[in-house]
Amino acid sequence: MSTYRKPVSNTWWLERKPYFFFVIREFTSLFVAGYCLFLLVFIAKAGDSQDAYTTLVFSLKSPISIVLHLISFIFILYHAITWFNLTPKIMVLHLGEERIPNILIAGGVYLGWGIVSLIISWLILGG
Amino acid sequence: MATGGTYLWKRRVSVSETVELEIFRYCPEKDTTPLFKSYEVPFREDWVVLDAINYIKDEIDGTLSYRWSCRMGVCGSCGMMVNGVPKLACAAFLKDYPSGKIRVEPLQGFPVERDLIFEMDDFMNKLTEVKPYILRKEGEEKPIEEGEYLQSPAELAHYKQYTLCINCMLCYAACPIYALDSSFLGPAAIALAQRYNLDSRDQGRNQRQEVIASHEGIWECTFVGECSVVCPKNVDPAAAIQRAKVSSTLDWFKEKIIPWSKEK
Repeated sequence: MSTYRKPVSNTWWLERKPYFFFVIREFTSLFVAGYCLFLLVFIAKAGDSQDAYTTLVFSLKSPISIVLHLISFIFILYHAITWFNLTPKIMVLHLGEERIPNILIAGGVYLGWGIVSLIISWLILGG
Repeated sequence: MATGGTYLWKRRVSVSETVELEIFRYCPEKDTTPLFKSYEVPFREDWVVLDAINYIKDEIDGTLSYRWSCRMGVCGSCGMMVNGVPKLACAAFLKDYPSGKIRVEPLQGFPVERDLIFEMDDFMNKLTEVKPYILRKEGEEKPIEEGEYLQSPAELAHYKQYTLCINCMLCYAACPIYALDSSFLGPAAIALAQRYNLDSRDQGRNQRQEVIASHEGIWECTFVGECSVVCPKNVDPAAAIQRAKVSSTLDWFKEKIIPWSKEK
């Protein structure tokens, strides 16, 4: 007996909102990887000489650099938040028969993020 | 939306007394491609999509084919795409679709046999592959006269959620990965494997691991998460898959760090 199989269109990820937000989440990982690469190259180049360091720091202040940073920041923030919110699904912990509530697991991750961000801010701005 | 109208903002408004169901029709003997047929069905406050489809079958068109049985979200037979979302037709109320137009299709990602009936062999084979039953190591099976394997409520709590699966396959229909590549083991089969892996009485994890940790198993999943959203029993297969990924990764590290610890 012949069966019919509905073909999957290339725009399947536009057909339902959750699929769209999933694809955006995956797409934002490019910005995470890209920014890591940028930082590594930046540190390597900045270490060459005092002049190189000054030129690179100056280039960071250009409008293009600020716009690119802002765009990267938004995407990386989206990436981090969506993954942090998924943590309770991956980390299932029980205390006896009771499961530790999702909000405590996700809250712990956010708290850790906040503390690390504060330490880094303190090191850069005030340390 | 009761017959004759309802009160909205203290003003009586007249509303539609019928609902239009647009149903996917496919007859393998005469159709090469499917078509949609519209049916006008009376609207009743307490009717679900399955009631409307039963009405069509009984009163309008007896040729319509679909699966159903319990009518109460237990048997898992009446999974269908309702306005593009996988639902149990017995749990999708007509009143939740205020536009008055509902499109019903067979569950996405499966080959369609006729109308709303799809082929479920692939799922059944995958289910068999993960050995969804308690396995004991050789020589560790207790004789019947020694009684049952005891378990504490805390041990039960670790896997109970996964026992609620009714094999309705809504999670497969919600999974774009399965639609794109049907070799993927899929959410329910992995959740059921986890159900036994996390059971304190079971010793079969290593036997299931070959299938679970294969490329077509957990690693094919990209954590879209929709399988858990559509699950009518809150089984949360997406969580089961991610937890299996964590366990498999830990296995790998353990094997690298302490190679002699490999226990079979």
